[in-house]
Amino acid sequence: MPDAVRHELRFILNSEVVHLNDVAPTLTLLDYLRLQKRLTGTKEGCAEGDCGACTVLVGRLGPKGLVYETVNACIRFVGSLDACHVVTVEHLADLNGNLHPIQQAMVDFHGSQCGFCTPGIVMSLYGLWLETPNADAARVEKTLQGNLCRCTGYDAILNAAEAMAGSDNSGDKLVVTHEAITQKLSELRDGSRVEIDTPSGKTIVPGSVDDLAEILEAYPKATVVAGSTDVGLWVTKHMHDIAPAVFIGNLVELQTISEDESGITLGAGVTYTDAFDAISRGIPTMGDLWDRIGGEQVRNMGTVGGNIANGSPIGDTPPPLIALGAELTLQKGATTRTIALEDFFIDYGKQDRAPGEFVRSVFIPKLPAGDTFAVYKISKRRDEDISAVCGAFRARLADDGTVEDARIAFGGMAATPKRAKAVEQALVGNAWNEATVDQAMAAFEQDFTPLTDWRASAEYRMLSTKNLLKRFYLETQGQAVQVVRHEKSLAEV
Amino acid sequence: MGETVTRSSKEITGGVHTPRQHDSAHKHVTGAAEYIDDMVEPAGTLHAYLGLSERANAVVKSMDLEAVRNAPGVVGVLTAADVPGENDLSPTHRHDEPVLADGQSAFYGQPIFAVIAETREQARRAATLARVDYEDRPHHTDVVSAMEAGYPHVTDPLQLSNGDAESALSSATNRLSGEMRIGGQDHFYLEGHIAMAIPGEDDEVTVFSSTQHPSEIQHMVAQALGTVSNAVTVHTRRMGGGFGGKETQGNQFAAVAAIAAKRWNRAVKIRPDRDDDMIATGKRHDFHVAYDVAYDDDGRIEALDAVFAARCGFSSDLSGPVTDRALFHCDNCYFLPNVRLRSRPMKTDTVSNTAFRGFGGPQGKIGGERVIEEIAYALGKDPLEVRKANFYGIGERNVTPYHQVVEDNIIHRIVEELEESSDYQARRQSVLDHNAKGGVLRKGISLTPVKFGISFTATWFNQAGALVHIYQDGSIHLNHGGTEMGQGLNTKVAQVVADEFQVDIETIRITATNTGKVPNTSATAASSGSDLNGMAAANACEQIKTRLVAYASEHFGVPQEQVTFVPNHVQVGNQLIPFHELVRQAYTHRVQLSAAGFYKTPKIHWNRETGQGRPFFYYAYGASVSEVTIDTLTGEYHVDRVDILQDVGKSLNPAIDLGQVQGAFVQGMGWLTTEELWWDGNGRLRTHAPSTYKIPLASDKPKEFNVELANWSTNKERTIRRSKAVGEPPFMLANSVLEALSMAVASVADYRECPRLDAPATPERILMAVERLKQG
Ligand SMILES: Cc1cc2nc3c(=O)[nH]c(=O)nc-3n(C[C@@H](O)[C@@H](O)[C@H](O)COP(=O)(O)OP(=O)(O)OC[C@H]3O[C@@H](n4cnc5c(N)ncnc54)[C@H](O)[C@@H]3O)c2cc1C
Ligand code: FES
Ligand code: FES
Repeated sequence: MPDAVRHELRFILNSEVVHLNDVAPTLTLLDYLRLQKRLTGTKEGCAEGDCGACTVLVGRLGPKGLVYETVNACIRFVGSLDACHVVTVEHLADLNGNLHPIQQAMVDFHGSQCGFCTPGIVMSLYGLWLETPNADAARVEKTLQGNLCRCTGYDAILNAAEAMAGSDNSGDKLVVTHEAITQKLSELRDGSRVEIDTPSGKTIVPGSVDDLAEILEAYPKATVVAGSTDVGLWVTKHMHDIAPAVFIGNLVELQTISEDESGITLGAGVTYTDAFDAISRGIPTMGDLWDRIGGEQVRNMGTVGGNIANGSPIGDTPPPLIALGAELTLQKGATTRTIALEDFFIDYGKQDRAPGEFVRSVFIPKLPAGDTFAVYKISKRRDEDISAVCGAFRARLADDGTVEDARIAFGGMAATPKRAKAVEQALVGNAWNEATVDQAMAAFEQDFTPLTDWRASAEYRMLSTKNLLKRFYLETQGQAVQVVRHEKSLAEV
Repeated sequence: MGETVTRSSKEITGGVHTPRQHDSAHKHVTGAAEYIDDMVEPAGTLHAYLGLSERANAVVKSMDLEAVRNAPGVVGVLTAADVPGENDLSPTHRHDEPVLADGQSAFYGQPIFAVIAETREQARRAATLARVDYEDRPHHTDVVSAMEAGYPHVTDPLQLSNGDAESALSSATNRLSGEMRIGGQDHFYLEGHIAMAIPGEDDEVTVFSSTQHPSEIQHMVAQALGTVSNAVTVHTRRMGGGFGGKETQGNQFAAVAAIAAKRWNRAVKIRPDRDDDMIATGKRHDFHVAYDVAYDDDGRIEALDAVFAARCGFSSDLSGPVTDRALFHCDNCYFLPNVRLRSRPMKTDTVSNTAFRGFGGPQGKIGGERVIEEIAYALGKDPLEVRKANFYGIGERNVTPYHQVVEDNIIHRIVEELEESSDYQARRQSVLDHNAKGGVLRKGISLTPVKFGISFTATWFNQAGALVHIYQDGSIHLNHGGTEMGQGLNTKVAQVVADEFQVDIETIRITATNTGKVPNTSATAASSGSDLNGMAAANACEQIKTRLVAYASEHFGVPQEQVTFVPNHVQVGNQLIPFHELVRQAYTHRVQLSAAGFYKTPKIHWNRETGQGRPFFYYAYGASVSEVTIDTLTGEYHVDRVDILQDVGKSLNPAIDLGQVQGAFVQGMGWLTTEELWWDGNGRLRTHAPSTYKIPLASDKPKEFNVELANWSTNKERTIRRSKAVGEPPFMLANSVLEALSMAVASVADYRECPRLDAPATPERILMAVERLKQG
């Protein structure tokens, strides 16, 4: 047992510290706000993290101190909020009812029509403005990837955001209270385990990673909840029971990112947002992929560890990580083991993870000098969509221009993220030219027998998969063959 | 709001033709705007949830609802047998749409029972516990397969004809035929369906409903309860989006809530989750269009014979007028000298499709544009040239297939100006040059026009009422029969009232639509909201003004002509009296300060039997130019630039109208690009949430988006302040996106062949079309 066990959850909601001792594992922040607190400014549009009507800010003490990030209240569990600061739209206007500058800009630029998406959009723009007060159009669009508006066509909203860009945020409420809130949250985060028994099961927040290991040994059937961007939907869409639920989002120990000569190690609890810098700096095209995983709210919550542990055949991180030769470290009790990531995925819905075992970290080896790498995602809608296929390519050419090594992995083409070994073979040893590529393209048919579903037909999956090898080849020849919306600034290239 | 002080006497705030903010903008951004789910619930409110069938076409042999009844919190269950009145919601009274299905599942996801519980969560969980025994029958979810299987029409088809299509086709200079498939569309209003019913005494009930059509909710609830309309009051403050999806589709939820409220004598709220909302409520109709066209060497159409078949779903709902409107609009801006158009409103084993912005017009138009495109490719011409060759003339070549004469044609000027301002010709050349270099990335550009007929084609719907009160302190209460769904209707009508009385708009309080205040209203639909309700409100204002003028004239002893309404004052002879002061005085002199206004659209008539008449009061025009880039390896694409010029007459509110145009365009673009409805082999819709159904994002908006209102335009007809409707027409501006994509595809075969790109043009459809053309 840990040093201390607490039987209540504590967090700050706008200006009020709340203590809750009856938090069901499945209680979502959205239901809590709307039904228990009657804070009805936060809306439900989908209850699956895809529309952003429920966007609120959550301030958390992460590795970089207190950060406020937009999250989807609909799939965020209250159990994950211990020692956090939840900020809803009701917190924005001042006590005299004067609008926050973001709200005023939305009014001035006619950014709302039916108004149902509006509080969520305001919160997303607010989160952006706190973080990047001088955001450009590309950044604003990225911020709004997780906010649907069916009425406006977005132009007016983007104009409002543009008008805000460059304005000073130093007098903002959350900036002014930054230190005091940091202080308060540090007090609330007392290192104890939170354990709450409710009629619908246990809600547990481990006090440390050791504590987590202990809890999972005691409750091997417990549901580990990291960012809840998958687990949230099991609850809101499928009404699954997840008790006992173990919320690991608070474990700063799992959020470390270390980089050295050999590569990058991401703790299992590192969110997409936190991983972005290391990933995009170290590995070509990964930043582009990252920007197309979910929307900002999802990236602020979702973790790479969860994406892997979830075992989905259409998760976007396994294909590139497999192509890069990543390794996964798992822990059970005090014991850890490390396996090749590709071996983790055994079959549809089946992974190499024992009951009570959890993902500790993933190691991504540095791309060897001379290797070329690219990852491509194909989806019906460019942003915030699940891949029809996601393919990653790594190739090394010998001095004579032949392919010395190739490693190709795809999601969306089989029951698990999977390597295209026949294609790899068809490439290795042959000259890196169009003829080789054309003939290797056909080999995808040996590797994969994709399915038809609502995202894509089998024929399209196969054809675009083959063509992605062509794209990879053409790009190695210096050709620009992808549609781009925003030219990258020189600093980003 | 509600202040009585008079302000500046120079100019009022919020008059007509000014870019006034949406009246709820402040509340939208603070989260204070109240939607039904935000309302304080009466003590003891119960929650209902629907149980949906899991078969596309089956007999329901038995339903075991024991486990549902016994689930925690459950108060009771309703099935078809529990509907006290008529188990029917058909808006056209065809008795083909039950509140709860009776012994049969007509589509996968049809409501077959409702469960009522203490909390929504309990009701939702309980609804999953039913055990239903089905006897399956063959099903057809697709319109073509339904036609092949000999399925019936859900309502009477329409035929329009003019000239002699048959003989003109057989003596054609050139002739071609083809077909096109056009996908449907989910409304994806951000606020889903919801209703809350509060029982009253006797047979009374009050229903709060997210609906575009409170009067119909009233009638349907009364019918389902087995009572009369005067027992039912429906209240709608605002919707979080409607787009046609809340024209008839709210009936089901309101009826279930009302039945349960009366049965258990407690308030009952019902709110489906997003999946159920998308599965169990109707959408835009998918169409299959078959065309046979004769044309001369300039691309002028000699004759067109076309059949528009629609996936209507299991019942008629509004499919009759929707498919009619497809026929009314397939001519778009083009004169069809010899024409025969037929609709086929097909029954399919799917949810019953319904109204959606444009109401069949978009499908008609995009089918018509395909014909133009085909001719252009066949002749090797720029489709714009073919378009121009076919434009309705001024004073000649101006009779539509339904025999209405196009009298207000401004498409020539709209297109000319847009062609110029968008630099269309030069840009088309550079697109051609770009593509001539070959390569993976191809470009396309297209200019398409829009002419859209304004009025309900059911002539009797073109009426509206309003209720205006002036209180003793000079504050004004405004009510009308239209509903606010984000389109800014309330703002526009308040502007009209402000203008009528010449008072600041802050003097006017906009109140929720309520069937007790204004009866027998039409749906807020067909873009008619401000045309109808603005006029009705103006009429109410005129009545009160007449009384005020008579009073002032008599009281102050000045001729009536010398009593005028000037900013926040009334000029009585040479005396300037503050508005609220005059009102106070008028009250003490027992002047009636309240009026019910009424309006009916003049001039229109329509005979469906003969297919002739003047169904539309006027037309709204517009045009757009879209430029796109496609990736011929993956089919991915990007909309690089869009230029729009839209006619809104003399705009009541240019800011709101601009927002309508932008929003409609992007929504139309979604329909034609990424929004795909996909049914599996069991007839089950699998794209029923934003995770699987992809509407445009901010990052899909055209990268460069130049939207202009034709500020020189004015309505030839006497509409409210000479404005034109704006809700639907700009939706069809998105047609140029599809055609630009098509041009980019065509480039891989050197434009020899029309790519026949169907909608929605997902990356998959683009790539497959590229492959088809490459294979030649
Ligand atoms: C709107 C939306 C859009 C999305 N878009 C994309 C997309 O574009 N691409 C994509 O790949 N994914 C997408 N996802 C899914 C993606 O966000 C998740 O797969 C995410 O990475 C999971 O991380 P999490 O922290 O949220 O995991 P959770 O949901 O908390 O958990 C997921 C699973 O992993 C387990 N788990 C989590 N952490 C551990 C651990 N340390 N040890 C053991 N088990 C663990 C959980 O028990 C659970 O089984 C989207 C999700 C949403 C809601
Ligand atoms: S309600 Fe749609 S993202 Fe939360
Ligand atoms: S304003 Fe209606 S959804 Fe955005």
